[in-house]
Amino acid sequence: MKYKSQKVAYWFFALSMLLLVLQITYGFIMGFARLGYDGLHDFIPFNTARAVHTNLLVVWLLSGFMGAAYYIIPEEAQRELVSVKLAYVQLISLAVVGVTAIVGYHFNWWEGRKFLEIPRQLDYLVVVNVLLFLALILATLFKGKRKTTTALVLTMGLLFAALLYIPGMLPFDSQVTDSFFRWWVVHLWVEGVWELIMGGILAFLLIKLTGVDREVIEKWLYVIVGLTFLSGILGTGHHYYYIGVNKIWLIVGGIFSALEPLAFLAMALFAVNMYRKGEKKHPNKMALFWTLGSAIVSFVGAGLLGFAHTLPQTNIYTHGTLVTAMHGHLAFWGAYAMIVLAIISYALPNLTGRKFYDKPLGRFSFWASNIGMVGMTVAFGVAGVAQVYLERKFKMDFMEVQDEISIHFLVLVLCASLFASGIISYIIEFWKHGKPTDEALEVQLK
Amino acid sequence: MLSKKQARAFFLGGTLVTFLIFIGLTIYSFSKPQDQTNAENITEAVVRGKDLWEANNCMGCHTILGEGAYYAPELTKVMERRGEGYIKAVLMTPNAWNPNGRKMVAYGFSEQEAKDLIAFFEWIGEIDLNGFDRVVSPLAKDKD
Repeated sequence: MKYKSQKVAYWFFALSMLLLVLQITYGFIMGFARLGYDGLHDFIPFNTARAVHTNLLVVWLLSGFMGAAYYIIPEEAQRELVSVKLAYVQLISLAVVGVTAIVGYHFNWWEGRKFLEIPRQLDYLVVVNVLLFLALILATLFKGKRKTTTALVLTMGLLFAALLYIPGMLPFDSQVTDSFFRWWVVHLWVEGVWELIMGGILAFLLIKLTGVDREVIEKWLYVIVGLTFLSGILGTGHHYYYIGVNKIWLIVGGIFSALEPLAFLAMALFAVNMYRKGEKKHPNKMALFWTLGSAIVSFVGAGLLGFAHTLPQTNIYTHGTLVTAMHGHLAFWGAYAMIVLAIISYALPNLTGRKFYDKPLGRFSFWASNIGMVGMTVAFGVAGVAQVYLERKFKMDFMEVQDEISIHFLVLVLCASLFASGIISYIIEFWKHGKPTDEALEVQLK
Repeated sequence: MLSKKQARAFFLGGTLVTFLIFIGLTIYSFSKPQDQTNAENITEAVVRGKDLWEANNCMGCHTILGEGAYYAPELTKVMERRGEGYIKAVLMTPNAWNPNGRKMVAYGFSEQEAKDLIAFFEWIGEIDLNGFDRVVSPLAKDKD
C-alpha cells in the first residue's frame, strides 16, 4: 500500500467475500432441490434461488472489481483517491441496492430476465451508484501524475461495462428482441468488457509479481484485449443462432466465437511467459498462484469449454441444456472469480501489514476450490451430455430424463462441498489478516 | 517485432471495425423482410402474457427459445405438446403442482391471465428458429 485511500478497497473485498458465501449457499439449495430435497420450496423456490445465485455472482464480482480499481488506480496514477468519503458512500449504497434486490427476489419482486432480474426501479439506483464510482476513478486518474495503459484498460472496461447496462433497460414487446438486447449486456460484459477489467488487473499483478518491464506487459495487454474484442463482439452471434433471428448469425457467430478461445489462450501464454521471464521473485506465493491459475483456468473454462458447444452444429443440440451450466461455472470461476481472489491475495498483506504470503491453509484453499470446481464442471458436463442424448436424440420426456441424470447432482453436491471448504479456508485467511491500517504504509516503505 | 503503438492500433482498429459490422448486422436482422417472429401477431394479449412471464420469473426454472434455468421443461412448443386444457389447469390450480416429484409454485392465475400466457406461448411456438424448433421438442413433432 502506497496511499492511505487504498484502504477503502479492503471493505469492497470484504463485501465480496460475504456475498460469495451467500452465493454458494443458494447454489447448495439448488443442488439439493435437483436431488429431490426441496424442503425450502415454500420460502425459496428454485427460481428465487437461481436468481439470487447468479445475481450475487454479478454483485460480488463487481464489488471485487471496484475494490481492485480503488486499490490499483491510486498506485498507477500516483496520488490519493479524490474522495475517500464518497467511496464509502458508494460502497454502502452498492451493498444496500444489492441486498434490497436479493431480498426482493424472495417476494416475487423482479424482472424475470435471465441474469438481469433486478427490478427496474433499482436499475436506476445501480446507474447512480456506478456513475459515482466511475466519477471517483476517472477524477483520480486524470488528476494523477501518470496515466498508464494498465489503468486506462481497467478504467475503459469499467466505463464500457456501465454503458452496456443501458441496452438491458430498454423495454420491448417481443421476447425475441428482448432476448437479443439482453445479450448485449450479458455477453458483451462477460466475453467483452469484463475481459478488459480482467486484463487490467492481470497486467497490474504481473508487473508487481514478476518485475517484468511495464512496457512489455502493457504491449501484450493491448494485443490480448484487441483479440478479445475482435472475436468477442461478433461472437455475440452465438446467442442468436436459435432464438428467432436471421440465419446470418449462424455464420458470423460461428466463425467469430470459434476465435474467442484465442484471447484466453493469449492471456494464459502471456501470464506464464511473463512469470518465466521475470527476475523478481515476489514472496507473495498465494497471489502468484491465483494470478497464474486465473489465466490458465479461464482458458480451459471460458476458452475450451466455450468452444465445445459454440459451433452452430453442436449448439443446436446443447442450446438450453445443462451443458451451458458446465461451461458457465468454470468460465466464471477461472476468468473472474479467480482474478478477484488474486488481487485480494496480493492487496491484503499490503493493506493490513501482515505478510501471510504462503500458509498451508492458503494453499489448501487454492487447490480445494479449484479441484472442487473442476469436479462440479465435470458433473454438469456429464449430466448435460446425457440430457442432450436422452431428451433430444431419444425423445424422452423432460422429467424422465431429469430422474435419469439425478445421480450426477449427487456428484455435483459432493464436489461443491470440497469447493466450499476451499472458499471457507480462503475467508479464514482473509479474516486472519485483520483490518487495514495506516501503519501498513510504513511496513511497505521498509 | 510489434511495437506498443502498433498493438494499440490493432486493439482500437479491430474493436471499431467489428463493432460497426455488429451494428450493421443488428439493423439488418431487425429489418422487416428478415422478420422470423411474425411480429404482426404480437397482440396485446401476447404482450400481457410476456409481462406475466417476466413478473413471475418463469425463466428461473423453465426454458423458452432454449433460454432459462433447465430445472423445468422447455416451453417453446408447449402448446403443441400439451394443448390448451392441460396448460390452463397447471396455470390456474391453487394447489402446488408436483409432476414427477418436482414442485412448481402454485400461481393460481385467473382465467384471463391464463389466456394471456397461452397467447404468448402460441406466438412463441410459431417463431422460425433456424431448425432448433425441430430439435427442441421432438415430442411435439411426433404428435403430428
